[in-house]
Amino acid sequence: MTWIRADLHIHTCLSPCADLMMSPRKITAEALQRQVGLIAVTDHNSTRNAGAVMQASAGTSLVVLPGMEVCTAEEVHVLAIFDNLASALALQSLVDDHLEGRNNPDVFGLQVVANQDDEVEEFEERLLIGATTLPLESVVEAIHENGGLAVAAHIDRESFSVIGQLGFIPPGIDFDALEVSRNTGDEEANRRFGKYRPLPLMRNSDAHMLHDLAKTGTRLLVNEPTVTEIRMALHGEGDRRAEMDRVQDSAKRT
Amino acid sequence: MTVRHIVEKLGLTVCCGSETLNRHVTGGYAGDLLSDVMANSTAGNVWITMQVHTNIVAIAVLKELAAIILVNGRRPTEETLARAGEEKIIILSGSAQAFETAGRLYALGIGIESPC
Repeated sequence: MTWIRADLHIHTCLSPCADLMMSPRKITAEALQRQVGLIAVTDHNSTRNAGAVMQASAGTSLVVLPGMEVCTAEEVHVLAIFDNLASALALQSLVDDHLEGRNNPDVFGLQVVANQDDEVEEFEERLLIGATTLPLESVVEAIHENGGLAVAAHIDRESFSVIGQLGFIPPGIDFDALEVSRNTGDEEANRRFGKYRPLPLMRNSDAHMLHDLAKTGTRLLVNEPTVTEIRMALHGEGDRRAEMDRVQDSAKRT
Repeated sequence: MTVRHIVEKLGLTVCCGSETLNRHVTGGYAGDLLSDVMANSTAGNVWITMQVHTNIVAIAVLKELAAIILVNGRRPTEETLARAGEEKIIILSGSAQAFETAGRLYALGIGIESPC
């Protein structure tokens, strides 16, 4: 088994709020430069750019998993991370059936579908920044039915987090992990979220700009970078391990 | 002011808790961020929200809210309804949006009269 530095929450130029520099090749180069071994591409309600990042990184040491950051009916953000594009696309068709609205690039930003050579293929017309009409429970179930990893995104944030929107994590929701941003230090994270054990905590960057990529992350001790192995590592099963980056509580918020 | 009075004046649908409509209302709170409602609402409030998740019942129990008013025609999920029945929480539903609902509650004197 080997330790892999992972960042499982990265946006590309497809997300209207992300920088246009977040292209497949640039993300790959940045991740490699920062010695990240594993990333997940998680645009808002879409997995359309994941394939291009996977292709751009082919032949390098970087492993890219396809995924998306689904916005539920309660406006809770949930990361869905898969082993392959087919599984991600299965969730995509469910999301597409439950997402209304058309993007206005002047208001929300461009939604660029890119190819592996960083060229613009087209512009996504759906309003990706919107909320689906899918309840949280259904989203988590659908992720698992398609063999994915379900992570509650940035639970320390007030908006778009399961705790912000719903007050507390509803019992019976089968999250694989809870993501804490770098804005919350280790002690505070334990104080606020320790009560949800055995749900493990992890850190990801939620990068919308290149310089934020892997600014925080989680190291995983796994046999291979697959959803099953990641889940085992997060739960410390079968000698796999996960260690999230340390963040001092006094750290200045950025 | 009782919940029954609000139901009649605003023409709300009673989704759950019709047997306890004589509950006294001391004021109101509006919000869809449940973490905020949990922190800032007070006992006896009617709570105006768009959220229909079952967690709204837990918040209402915890904060001893008089009733939940769902706006924009929202209806509770089946699970939310079942939980509300168990916990004796009143859930009302109306077609008006939150701004109008709050305005009409103020017009009835809620939020103006002293809670005594």
